[in-house]
Amino acid sequence: MTSQAAGSLALPLDTTQSDKLAAAVDGLTPAQLTWVSGYAAGLAAAGSPGDAVLIPAADSSPAAAPQDTLTILYGSQTGHGESVARGLKDAAAAKGFSVKLQSLADYKPSALKRERLVSFVISTHGEGDPPDDAELFHEFLLSAKASKLDGLRYAVFALGDSSYVNFCQTGREFDGRLEELGAERLLPIVECDIEFAAEAEAWSGDIVERLPDLMTAASSAPRLRAVETAAQYDRQRPFTATVLTNQKITGGRSGKDVRHIELSLADSGLSYEPGDSLAVLADNPPQLVADLLQHFGFAEDTPVDADDGQKSLRAALSEEFEITAPSLGFLKAWAARAESEELNRLLGPDRQSELAEFFATHQIIDIVRAYPAEVAADEFTGMLRRLAPRAYSIASSHAANPDEVHLTVAVVRYEAFGHSHEGAASTYLADRLGEGDTVQVFVEKNPRFRLPADDNAPVIMIGPGTGVAPFRAFVEERAERGAGGDNWLFFGERSMSEDFLYQLEWQRFLKQGILTRLDVAFSRDQAEKIYVQQRLRERGREVYEWIENGAVLYVCGDSKRMAPDVNAALEEILAEHGGLSAADAAAKLKELRRAGRYQKDVY
Amino acid sequence: MSKAPLSDVERIKSASRHLRGTLADSLVDPLTGAIAVDDTQLSKFHGIYQQDDRDLRSERKRARLEPAYSFMIRARVPAGVCTPEQWLNMDRVANLHANGTIRLTTRQAFQLHGVIKRNLKASIAGINEAMMDTIAACGDVNRNVMAPALPALSAVHRQVQADAERLSDHLTPATRAYHEIWLDGEKLDTAEQEPIYGDTYLPRKFKTAFVVPPQNDVDIYAQDLGFIAIVEGGQLVGYNLSVGGGMGMSHGEPETFPRLADVLGFLTPAQLLPVAEAVVTTQRDYGDRSNRKHARLKYTIEGRGIEWFRREVETRAGIKLGDERPFAFAGNGDVYGWQQDDSGRWHYLLFVENGRIVDSGDRRLMTGLREIASRHRGEFRLTPNQNLVVSSVDPADKAGVEELLREYGIENRSQASLLRLNAMACVALPTCALAMAESERYLPDLVTRLERLLAESGLADVPITIRMTGCPNGCARPYIAEIGLVGKGPGRYNLYLGAGHAGQRLGAMLLDNANEEEIVGALQPLFERFAAERRHDEHFGDYLIRGGLIREVRAGREFHAATAA
Ligand code: SRM
Ligand SMILES: Cc1cc2nc3c(=O)[nH]c(=O)nc-3n(C[C@H](O)[C@H](O)[C@H](O)COP(=O)(O)OP(=O)(O)OC[C@H]3O[C@@H](n4cnc5c(N)ncnc54)[C@H](O)[C@@H]3O)c2cc1C
Ligand SMILES: Cc1cc2nc3c(=O)[nH]c(=O)nc-3n(C[C@H](O)[C@H](O)[C@H](O)COP(=O)(O)O)c2cc1C
Ligand code: SF4
Repeated sequence: MTSQAAGSLALPLDTTQSDKLAAAVDGLTPAQLTWVSGYAAGLAAAGSPGDAVLIPAADSSPAAAPQDTLTILYGSQTGHGESVARGLKDAAAAKGFSVKLQSLADYKPSALKRERLVSFVISTHGEGDPPDDAELFHEFLLSAKASKLDGLRYAVFALGDSSYVNFCQTGREFDGRLEELGAERLLPIVECDIEFAAEAEAWSGDIVERLPDLMTAASSAPRLRAVETAAQYDRQRPFTATVLTNQKITGGRSGKDVRHIELSLADSGLSYEPGDSLAVLADNPPQLVADLLQHFGFAEDTPVDADDGQKSLRAALSEEFEITAPSLGFLKAWAARAESEELNRLLGPDRQSELAEFFATHQIIDIVRAYPAEVAADEFTGMLRRLAPRAYSIASSHAANPDEVHLTVAVVRYEAFGHSHEGAASTYLADRLGEGDTVQVFVEKNPRFRLPADDNAPVIMIGPGTGVAPFRAFVEERAERGAGGDNWLFFGERSMSEDFLYQLEWQRFLKQGILTRLDVAFSRDQAEKIYVQQRLRERGREVYEWIENGAVLYVCGDSKRMAPDVNAALEEILAEHGGLSAADAAAKLKELRRAGRYQKDVY
Repeated sequence: MSKAPLSDVERIKSASRHLRGTLADSLVDPLTGAIAVDDTQLSKFHGIYQQDDRDLRSERKRARLEPAYSFMIRARVPAGVCTPEQWLNMDRVANLHANGTIRLTTRQAFQLHGVIKRNLKASIAGINEAMMDTIAACGDVNRNVMAPALPALSAVHRQVQADAERLSDHLTPATRAYHEIWLDGEKLDTAEQEPIYGDTYLPRKFKTAFVVPPQNDVDIYAQDLGFIAIVEGGQLVGYNLSVGGGMGMSHGEPETFPRLADVLGFLTPAQLLPVAEAVVTTQRDYGDRSNRKHARLKYTIEGRGIEWFRREVETRAGIKLGDERPFAFAGNGDVYGWQQDDSGRWHYLLFVENGRIVDSGDRRLMTGLREIASRHRGEFRLTPNQNLVVSSVDPADKAGVEELLREYGIENRSQASLLRLNAMACVALPTCALAMAESERYLPDLVTRLERLLAESGLADVPITIRMTGCPNGCARPYIAEIGLVGKGPGRYNLYLGAGHAGQRLGAMLLDNANEEEIVGALQPLFERFAAERRHDEHFGDYLIRGGLIREVRAGREFHAATAA
């Protein structure tokens, strides 16, 4: 077995090396083997074996004297910012500097005044809100409680998405407020769009370059660390998965088309945990590409610049560029090009909510149709962003489905402005992929949306619509583990008979006792609209008791209306049944959030 | 008594506290459109069947959705008589809560289909608003009591109708569960008594009909309990009692078979209730409660003998039955169009294909009947052949009714062939859970093909009864139609021929599991021979027996004997 393993590893090794390796690993346990592979990867990451021993301690290393240490604080929802922060840490550590990396969730805000050198990596979520892990820090920083930060030098790396109105809002707030509090800005804020890899590298380079002047090199005892060895797939190196199932799971009379998609992960080495998302690299709707070509009168074979050299316009519009959801950059460019008073007014100050509404209801083609302008093909593509991967909450437990990953996809198809419209990725998955076809994907880790480590802890899952997806993974996982904790699901949709996603599975889980309770709200099954938050209120006493008994709360799904409404309902429940004032209830809910007892995955 | 264990339905009934079960909880369970499994048995006693749209079954399963559950509600219409107000009310409930159609059944009752669970209570309450109910429309009790639809002699007819209603009341279960669950009636203590039925009701469904010869429209021979009116000198003198009829059987189980009722003797109107009760309680005490396929009265009588049964009934009723009085039947179909009764009132027997009241194209039955009902001052009669009588029309109103029938395109179409007028299909797909093949949705097409063949053979003027069911349960009484088609699988039917035109003789199987081509292929030469060799007024079924083309079935237990001639 062992020699076979070494043999299959042997490609880049000569026979002697391969024999030595086989002998060295003979008899090791799987855990030891994993460690060794990490060790080897660590050696590789450090450039040469000789340098490897200089890789300093991991996140948990005792804090060095502040002036000797670069503190990296990050707030990240889907892991992008965290990866940027780790990149900086690795770059600095590789040069032998002492680094401390911490999530803002674990960082005591009042400690900031003792810091000398901090790099912030922070994304923006919701509608210009901080990511969950930065919520409390953000609140503190912007409040009157924040003290002067005269001795601090800082840099901010902001992540965002320019198709949102409040682009990099949280980063900007950090940057402005730190300055206001007397801290010294080391580097101008970097505002990054969904393409952030190159900018992140440049930014860490800039910082690391300055470190020698900013602090003395660390000389703490080097410690080896294992790097993560699970097969790494990302946007640049996605995994090509085969579609196993593409099944509509709403009834024939439903107004919605929701798909259950199963993909094969066979031979990928890819792993995921309940709570993670899967990013999908999709092609744009062919009809939309054709409509754009036709609208502008572009020839489909017009060569245009793309990432990997030149491409035909048709290919570029299909694969390279974002042509459905508009970005702020596009809107600005188009407003200028079309010399549109109306668009420029929309882009003016104090029009945030109108602009948000505009983004939510307009695709790029709607804009170019409504505000016409003559452009050349490359000028048009120059205004476009690169096609972004779409995230889908993983709906399966890996343990229960070893070689598969499942998604629950609501297909975006609608009529507007006299034309039919499609969403790019959701229709790609639903309409353009059949069984046996392949799709490029990678896992987006979501460490802040996790089942409790304690299998006996109760959980309350609130997931209307496709928000139920991760809870299918949760429940499957708990069943697989034989977890004893109670599981309570709140689900909502329009109609029981047509839109009860995974109805048969929930019924089975209930019967088997794996799901302890299931409360449903079907908004259109009676005269008055009923949503999950109402069911929560109706069950307020029991919800409260569950929380008191240590239940972890999870919310997934719509961020615009559902999540705030559910939040309000939870505050009310804490107030009413805990005998708290509204303010205390809100504080208690915040505390639950900080303690990881109230987790959200909303979009 | 049988030593075999009781059937599961017996357990459910006996634990049900007089048919309550967990129905009330089932109705408010928000996670499913279904009711609890045990409750599906109990709901039948309340006139409610859980069904699902079978057209959608596999699609929904793949979609991880439960079946598209809905409920069929059967409303009792004793003797088939309802008022215009009741009609309008049924129409309202059908449009509000069901699938917008009304189904007239082969037992003169109403059915609504497609009522979803959360509308059930409102539907039942709605039906009750017009003093009509659904209790005992189904279940192991006496079902809707039938009576002839056409009042040839209205004085006699009125008496027979009154007797039918009297008996219907007498045999209605006493439980208050119905009122509690559906009408928010007060909860009574459940120590209430079921004086006739006892705590576990009957072993199986039980069916009663009254008939006034010569028309055997109710198919008296298919009934567990029958009363054949004996009219002498224009007066109703009493009834011949018939017992032990039934249609249902199962494919491949020869110990199950359709059976025609035996005529036991004569009784006077005053002896009606005691005798009926004696028949019911005998079946209650001796019917098979372990095997539901062997539980109908017909098997009790087959097993113990008709003489034993007569003695038991006479003892229980405390009377002696008289000798059977003579009577004769002409046919088991309906007589269409206008008829005037002896009081001068008019009755229009309206053709309703397969009993389905629905607007389709120019034929706007649902709307037209709503209009008629909103003006009509008489009553409606549901016929045992799934048709409808606009009944008791004042001579002054006749022209107005005719006008409306024309306006909505629903007068008996001149183009409806005699075959179609004598055709009947059960509901079957997509609602009936037991259907093996299409019936209501298919028979009209087959009839179109066959009526052409008949016309080509010059038989367009010969009434031939044709009935189809989607399974061997026989809801459209196919074994006593001259052409009987009984579903066996998708597109496949057993073909039975040779039954009596008045429902007085069972057919015999000619084809097993045949498709349309085979059926048409077998019938065509028989039609041709019949046309060539027919004696004056001879019926198709009689001809086939006379000609030795089909074996004559003399008794139900012979039904499965080697086929055809
Ligand atoms: C609506 C109707 C047929 C029609 O097209 O009009 C009908 C429809 C059904 N019958 Fe029937 N039967 C209907 C008259 C009959 C008749 C004819 C009669 O009573 O004169 C029979 C044959 C006579 C007899 O009882 O033997 C009949 C023998 C059955 C049987 C077989 C009984 C047996 O003893 O084997 C079943 C199945 C069962 O009871 O297990 C059955 C069961 C059913 C059910 C309820 C299916 C079920 O149990 O799930 C059907 C509902 C279908 C649907 O979607 O509506 N139905 N059924 C008739 C309603 C009558 C009423 O108003 O009460
Ligand atoms: C962490 C995370 C998890 C997610 N999980 C899931 C999941 O489990 N299931 C799921 O289905 N989705 C999920 N999503 C959403 C998903 O990523 C996509 O945003 C969604 O599928 C739409 O993508 P698309 O490419 O089809 O549409 P796009 O091509 O992005 O088109 C969307 C654009 O169409 C326009 N538009 C859309 N709807 C309308 C309308 N009704 N009226 C007018 N204009 C409209 C808007 O301009 C919008 O910008 C998740 C998102 C995140 C961030
Ligand atoms: C639900 C949701 C809401 C978002 N809202 C904003 C926003 O208002 N402004 C913005 O600039 N970016 C917004 N983004 C984009 C993220 O900031 C961007 O994807 C970033 O790369 C995420 O980094 P993280 O994984 O470190 O959180 C949003 C992303 C999601 C999924
Ligand atoms: S005969 Fe069979 S298929 Fe037809 S309604 Fe009756 S039970 Fe259903």
